[in-house]
Amino acid sequence: MTIFRKPTLKISEKKKREMPEGLWTKCPGCSEMVHNLALEENLKVCARCGYHFAMGASERITLLVDEGSFQETDASMSAVDPLGFKGVATYEERLATYRKKTGLVDAVITGSGAMGGIPLGLAVMDFSFLAATMGSVVGEKITRIIEASTKAKRPVIIVCASGGARMYEGMLSLMQMAKTSGALARHAEAGLPYIAVLTNPTTAGVMASFATLGDITLAEPKAMIGFAGPRVIRETTHQELPSGFQTAEFLLDHGLIDEIVPRAKMRETIITILGNLTGK
Amino acid sequence: MTVQPLDFELHLAELESRVSELAEKRPSEDPLLKAAREDLDKERKALYGNLTPWQRVQIARHPARPYFLDYISSCVTDFVELHGDRLFGDDKAMPAGIGRIGGHRCVIIGQQKGRDVKENVLRNFGSPHPEGYRKALRLMRLAERFDLPVVCIIDTPGAYPGVGAEERHIAEAIAVNLREMMALKARIVAVVIGEGGSGGALGIGVADRVLMMENAYYSVISPEGCAAILWKHRKHAPEAAAALKLTADNLQELGLIDGVVPEPMGGAHRDPVATSETLTRTIASAIETLQGIPLKQLLEERYAKFRGMGVFSE
Repeated sequence: MTIFRKPTLKISEKKKREMPEGLWTKCPGCSEMVHNLALEENLKVCARCGYHFAMGASERITLLVDEGSFQETDASMSAVDPLGFKGVATYEERLATYRKKTGLVDAVITGSGAMGGIPLGLAVMDFSFLAATMGSVVGEKITRIIEASTKAKRPVIIVCASGGARMYEGMLSLMQMAKTSGALARHAEAGLPYIAVLTNPTTAGVMASFATLGDITLAEPKAMIGFAGPRVIRETTHQELPSGFQTAEFLLDHGLIDEIVPRAKMRETIITILGNLTGK
Repeated sequence: MTVQPLDFELHLAELESRVSELAEKRPSEDPLLKAAREDLDKERKALYGNLTPWQRVQIARHPARPYFLDYISSCVTDFVELHGDRLFGDDKAMPAGIGRIGGHRCVIIGQQKGRDVKENVLRNFGSPHPEGYRKALRLMRLAERFDLPVVCIIDTPGAYPGVGAEERHIAEAIAVNLREMMALKARIVAVVIGEGGSGGALGIGVADRVLMMENAYYSVISPEGCAAILWKHRKHAPEAAAALKLTADNLQELGLIDGVVPEPMGGAHRDPVATSETLTRTIASAIETLQGIPLKQLLEERYAKFRGMGVFSE
């Protein structure tokens, strides 16, 4: 019986639409082609489905703080290779590659600024630098901005994104988890608010330290958030993962996150929360 | 108990059986026996004096190695196990309780692996769920109230990567422990006795004295996991183990731990009695030292120690 055989459809190479490089981006949320200019204007959020594309640290800072208020701290602090790490590529080589590719020195930008006139400490991670893994530099810069904010009696906002602790620095990376958490203990003891903003993706060592220690935890829509990677979980447990597992929405349902806030509303939401908490 | 030799110990095992064969047949002063004994001694020193990081990882994971509850039997008196996190359940991968070590009353928390399938099902291969970390914190608060030191015995391949663990926020449970332990008003001693698996180990590892047994390892990621990511294959675990600087010696050099507890030649499992005596003395003496430090100073020193960890340039 071949009467109802499925017709085979072929797209000839010639008919493929010519697409100039770097003008359009395919949205991972809805598979639509989105014009890059439109994407930039819409804060890198797909206008059709609301998918939040990755946003670099400096863009994020501009989006959040009062204009002209940001003063960067420890801008030149840079990673060294304390273990002399030799893998397929050395740590030095990886660092050089990412510095060149991103124009960043490491995976976090820290500084002081103001939001709605409220002075605060701010740290923003940038996933494009070595998956925003936390080594000594990320840990030290974040600890310093928390300590400076404790001293100046200011709130702290950390915008998180990370693949976890940075393997290339071995146990030095793991200890950054204790260091940053300790600084937050003292900040909390001083009665000051800390708001954690979780963006896509926030995982592993960063999740198991400052990302989950916020007085208030906010997340961007659909952000992947979790401790272990989904592949590791599947391989270890041979379990089917529930639908929407490890998304911001899943974690809101399971009680970890206070609220999911779209990028366009993030600044005003943080200002309102800080106002409500501190009366400023 | 006959101990199953590891791959790199096969040569030694042959020499050992030769010595025992000779010892059965010949008088103790027989020159052949004496020579075989000397040979064995020399080979032992050569092997165990120059263990590679990967060989240590294998010793740390040796199924005959003493586990947490073995030390509870041999080092702790008057032990009473205390169960549950008061929230969801009791994590059998992380037993805890109160007892005495070298006469010192203390809260004791540790991770427990199993030796066979049945035990491993019960103990989840020593991988705790959030309930373990929350139980640990509950008992640390108890220690604070009754002015007891806290002893944490670390031996885990890592916190459990599972659906339930994620649904109940294992990352948050660990993070909260880090924050609370940094400021806990109690003396804390932690000893890595076998595997120090990343965040799962650190979740009970923030301490005034962090010690490691000679053949234990403590790492940000398992050598296999690191090899799979950086070398694209798990078979490169030995290279990864060397690159990660995960042995007790390495970590003491880096200033990330406070001391190394010596083990009998060949590892703790070769002489569990001597090992537990050393461990008891070491923990008791650490507690005594810490009790001599005023609490305020102790907390400053604990903060300063972890605060100082990190290498960078500016």
